[in-house]
Amino acid sequence: MNPVNYLYLSALLFTIGASGVLIRRNAIVLFMCVELMLNASNLALVTFSRMHGTLDGQIIAFFTMVVAAAEVVVGLAIIVSIFRTRHSASVDDSNLMKL
Amino acid sequence: MNSLIPLLVAAPLAGAALLLLGGRALDRFGHWLATAFAALSFGFGLALFSDMLGRGAEHRAVTQHLFSWVPVNGFQADMTFRLDQLSMTFVLLISGVGTLIHLYSVGYMAHDERRRRFFAYLNLFLAAMLLLVVADNYLLLYFGWEGVGLASYLLIGFWQHKPSAATAAKKAFLVNRVGDMGLSIAIMLMFTEFGSFAFGPVLGSEGAVGAAHQASEGKLTAIGLMLLLAACGKSAQVPLQSWLGDAMEGPTPVSALIHAATMVTAGVYLITRSSAIFDLAPDAQTAVVVVGAVTLLFGAIVGCAKDDIKKALAGSTMSQIGYMVLAAGLGPIGYAFAIMHLVTHGFFKAGLFLGAGSVMHGMDDEVNMRHYGGLRKYMPVTFVTFGLGYLAIIGFPGLSGFFSKDKIIEAAFAKGGTEGWILGLCALVGAAVTAFYMTRVMVLTFFGEKRWQPDEDGNAPHPHESPKTMTIPMVLLAFGSVFAGGLFAFNDSFLKWLEPVTGHEEGNSPLAPLTVTLLTMACMLAGVALAYLMYGRSPVPVVPPVGSPLTRAARRDLLQDDFNHAVLVRPGSALTATLVFFDSRGLDGFVNGLAAAIGGLSGRLRRVQNGFVRSYALSMFGGTLVLVATTLLMRSV
Repeated sequence: MNPVNYLYLSALLFTIGASGVLIRRNAIVLFMCVELMLNASNLALVTFSRMHGTLDGQIIAFFTMVVAAAEVVVGLAIIVSIFRTRHSASVDDSNLMKL
Repeated sequence: MNSLIPLLVAAPLAGAALLLLGGRALDRFGHWLATAFAALSFGFGLALFSDMLGRGAEHRAVTQHLFSWVPVNGFQADMTFRLDQLSMTFVLLISGVGTLIHLYSVGYMAHDERRRRFFAYLNLFLAAMLLLVVADNYLLLYFGWEGVGLASYLLIGFWQHKPSAATAAKKAFLVNRVGDMGLSIAIMLMFTEFGSFAFGPVLGSEGAVGAAHQASEGKLTAIGLMLLLAACGKSAQVPLQSWLGDAMEGPTPVSALIHAATMVTAGVYLITRSSAIFDLAPDAQTAVVVVGAVTLLFGAIVGCAKDDIKKALAGSTMSQIGYMVLAAGLGPIGYAFAIMHLVTHGFFKAGLFLGAGSVMHGMDDEVNMRHYGGLRKYMPVTFVTFGLGYLAIIGFPGLSGFFSKDKIIEAAFAKGGTEGWILGLCALVGAAVTAFYMTRVMVLTFFGEKRWQPDEDGNAPHPHESPKTMTIPMVLLAFGSVFAGGLFAFNDSFLKWLEPVTGHEEGNSPLAPLTVTLLTMACMLAGVALAYLMYGRSPVPVVPPVGSPLTRAARRDLLQDDFNHAVLVRPGSALTATLVFFDSRGLDGFVNGLAAAIGGLSGRLRRVQNGFVRSYALSMFGGTLVLVATTLLMRSV
């Protein structure tokens, strides 16, 4: 199978993730969309690695996963604590820093 | 002995400091303390005088260096005092008359609750005035000059609860400021031209030729005119005369001491002291003479129309100082006579003012002469002393004014040529007008029917003689008015006394001295007779008649305030208004417009910061897209 198709899939997933981040308000959904974008880039990295026959891309993909995992831990903790205090997971309600 | 010179200034200064800082504890005897300090200064003056008389005429001028005041490389101002015959004359006049007026004020200000402050200011004035006359350089003189200006301001506005007094003080200060500007410019010119402003290097001393003798005539004329401006301000000469009449708002002893006998003569002192400059600048001298002649007529005319006794005397002061300035402008012919008239005038005018104060004291502070009349029976001492002062000022033969004024008129004729005739005639006319207005004051106040009436509350004044503290100074000053002139003129003693400082030349008068004297007498008698016919023969109306246009103008000080208002105040206000307009609309408009534009722009930009995370994400996304697109484009090109 032509590896370019994986790139199309990656672009599709990234676009879905990006539009999700821009459009949705629920913090959890937003978070999932960010993960989707990260995975889309991982897919692109692995595909390029395969196409060029080197391992660089795959290694970076591992790094990305590690960072994403750490980010999930911190991010979810923040979302949960915000939800506890404000009883809402909507990102539009968190505007205390706004002038 | 010379170490006494600084004490002349220090004594009254210490008095002022003590009284101002001493607080209420000194309320009870502070006035006697101030009088003692003034008398102490006079005592030092007498001691120095006797010491000076003991030396030959060439060795009489002494200087006393106290300390270096402004020691800057190339700019040396020293606290150095110079006591020569000219300063000595002033020292004795100032401290002597000053002491008498302190004594008088003890009685006059007895019921004023701010008396201690009043005496402190009087002492401050004495210190500043003595500093002015014993200074050895122009900068130190300027220090004293400003000091007397300050004291004058404080004392004119002493009754500051009266708006008229507060305004008069401000007016005097502001008008004087114009003159002070002249003096400071003159000092700056001296420094740039001669590299010094000390009397010795600039004017020359003891045979040494001063820098002024090498300077070009143009520069000397400029310096001379600036000095004249200064003298005009301080001595109330045209065109800076407008403050003196209003200055009569101050307590009467102040009018006697500052605005008749001493401070207002500082201008004459300045001109005489700077004689080396004026002698070499004939144009400046002509300006001095013109100012003197104009003022002597101006003041005399104003004095004829005033019903306020103090303002009539103020006009007279202006006119008499006009005589002195005129004499000082004549050059070496006149300097000594200017100072001689200054001293005799100091006696009789201070006496006249004290007499006026005594009359006001007895008449519940009434100043309108039309409400006086017949007071000679109620106030015999005041009447006699005032009468002697009156005879002295009109130049009655044998009294002080006769000798000094006569000499000035002679000197004016002796100037020679058409100029001499014009000046001499001005001085003669002035003598006639002086006799007229002084007779008018005399007749309105002390002769005729009594014209005072009860006020709205039914309280009629009860004229009475003033206490001893007030009458004794008047009597002593009356002695001065009677004998000083004769003493000075006897054997030309005053002339010989001053000659080493001011120099002297005999002019060549077209008229014999006796002719001038007879002419002066005729003018005087004409003035007296006219005044007697107008005011002595028929009852004086209590409400002033409308009068001729000249009288009406003279009542308004010959429209001096209207003139100043039209020529200076109105254009000044217009200029200010224009500047304010440009400032608020032009400069402020530009700056405010810029600020408003930036503010508006910021307000629009602020909407971008809406606080929604997704909108920031969108801008990041857009930015990334642009970056990527640009990179791709660049690579493909």
